[in-house]
Amino acid sequence: MTFASFVQDTDFINALYIVAFSLFAIGIAGLTGPRTAVRGNRVAAVGMAIAVVATLLYEQVGDWELIAIGIVIGAVVGVPAARTVKMTQMPQMVALFNGVGGGAVALIAWAEFRDRGGEGLSQLEFGIPLVFAAIVGSISFWGSNIAFAKLQELISGKPLKIPGGVFLNLALLAIAVGCGIAILAGSDNELLFIAILVSAAILGNTFVLPIGGADMPVVISTLNAFTGLSAAAAGMALDNIALIVAGMIVGASGTILTQQMAEAMNRTIVSVLMGGFGGEAPAVAGPGGETGGTVRSTSAADAAIQMAYARQVVVVPGYGMAVAQAQHAVRELGKALEGRGVEVKFGIHPVAGRMPGHMNVLLAEADVPYDQLKEMDEINGEFGRTDVSLVIGANDVTNPDARNKTDSPIYGMPILNVDDSQSVIVLKRSMSSGFAGIDNPLFYNPKTQMLFGDAKASVSEIVSELQGI
Amino acid sequence: MSGFILAAGAEGGSQIPLIIEIAIVVLSGFLGFQLISKVPNTLHTPLMSGTNAIHGIVLLGGLLVIGVASGFVNDLILVIAIAFGTINVVGGFLVTDRMLEMFKAKKDDEQ
Repeated sequence: MTFASFVQDTDFINALYIVAFSLFAIGIAGLTGPRTAVRGNRVAAVGMAIAVVATLLYEQVGDWELIAIGIVIGAVVGVPAARTVKMTQMPQMVALFNGVGGGAVALIAWAEFRDRGGEGLSQLEFGIPLVFAAIVGSISFWGSNIAFAKLQELISGKPLKIPGGVFLNLALLAIAVGCGIAILAGSDNELLFIAILVSAAILGNTFVLPIGGADMPVVISTLNAFTGLSAAAAGMALDNIALIVAGMIVGASGTILTQQMAEAMNRTIVSVLMGGFGGEAPAVAGPGGETGGTVRSTSAADAAIQMAYARQVVVVPGYGMAVAQAQHAVRELGKALEGRGVEVKFGIHPVAGRMPGHMNVLLAEADVPYDQLKEMDEINGEFGRTDVSLVIGANDVTNPDARNKTDSPIYGMPILNVDDSQSVIVLKRSMSSGFAGIDNPLFYNPKTQMLFGDAKASVSEIVSELQGI
Repeated sequence: MSGFILAAGAEGGSQIPLIIEIAIVVLSGFLGFQLISKVPNTLHTPLMSGTNAIHGIVLLGGLLVIGVASGFVNDLILVIAIAFGTINVVGGFLVTDRMLEMFKAKKDDEQ
């Protein structure tokens, strides 16, 4: 056996694939702890490199210049995007990367159909996964793009009512599946395949558009799982074990993440994906509105004095902190308070921001010590002992209506009980409602003072006031 | 000769028996559940980004099919697919690395 025939042997390539997906598993296991996470990600990346090299060994791999063009284009687009994206824009970046993955699956399925025709797809063990890959890949591509556009605020984050709603979606799915069945029955009319891709594309749009921006993490996670499953399906069609295993691992992980996120919001996956909530609810009742009561506003100087003489301050960050890029200023504030002997903790709601862990990433970027970051269950017992809770651009995750107003759309969602603390200072741009589009009685609580303005500017101002005390 | 059969590296049909494929699907699904269910909240965003990068493995599909597909349109579709797959892989791992480096740097500060 020559060297060339050895390395091109299918068993050898598959052995490399086994090494590759073992590294994926080890890598993901590493991602479960902050200490091993960096290494875990790199281990998985090495696994990916091995999988790519192994694939290039296949004898029939050719058109090297085309492969090079594709990879160079991908690298030229992907590397700078990944290098320069701001941490605050991470959720939409993940949505985009997820989308192109789904798009790649759909395109590969399309090329395979063009190459083999309906006759090839009528071999069901090949055809069924390929049609599945085309439908799900296309949904994932378009759905992710819409999720990106919503988070990037290219289109309104508010839910967009689609006439027909669920029925339209079911009809689109039926069209896609129907065309798929016609192809599996032996038709090689390419229009049928294009109809699959197009109806799935429209479905991707109509599926995500009615979902409010607050639910985007759940949507991205769902689409992440979708892309994984479609990759696994493509693997079944192409008889490629690396694709099958890696795709299924991602499919399973995305499903778990989706479930955890939905649970954190006390909603079911189904109710999230059916759309609504986040705009459907009556919009802001403003000061003196439905909720009644008056809003007390305060100044940076006053806020600084309150915190300077507190024993414990709990900072509750939300998406507003991300938007204002206030994390570094917040770190400065934390340091200044600690310098005065104030105990500083951060209360992180699982769905604060636009993704689970979003706040942790931002605060980590600003070098906030890991042990100051407290998860919801841990911090909720602390509010009773807290003198000042500083809410920075968070809204729905502090809304007491979730505890006691049964007709509120967020009723039942676990929240951070900031209203248990002695006093609450809320940094906010204006009295507008949160992403869920509902009013927050916390702002009318007599304990609460509002400090209006850009979060970063307000925090910096408090820091400079603190230095003067 | 079809691309698929060539890609499978075997003459006349599927190289891996269907039932074995289904077994692989089921077991790797369980593996995914087990691996992920232990991740702390804090690492969910990097984890999502990391698994995102891993499904960029669809890139392999593009690599396998382009050599046997013929015609300008097929080539064009597959070059786009390879570019998409590369963006998914390279971008995904880099972004995850950037996020995680922040956790690591902070860890070192504490020690």
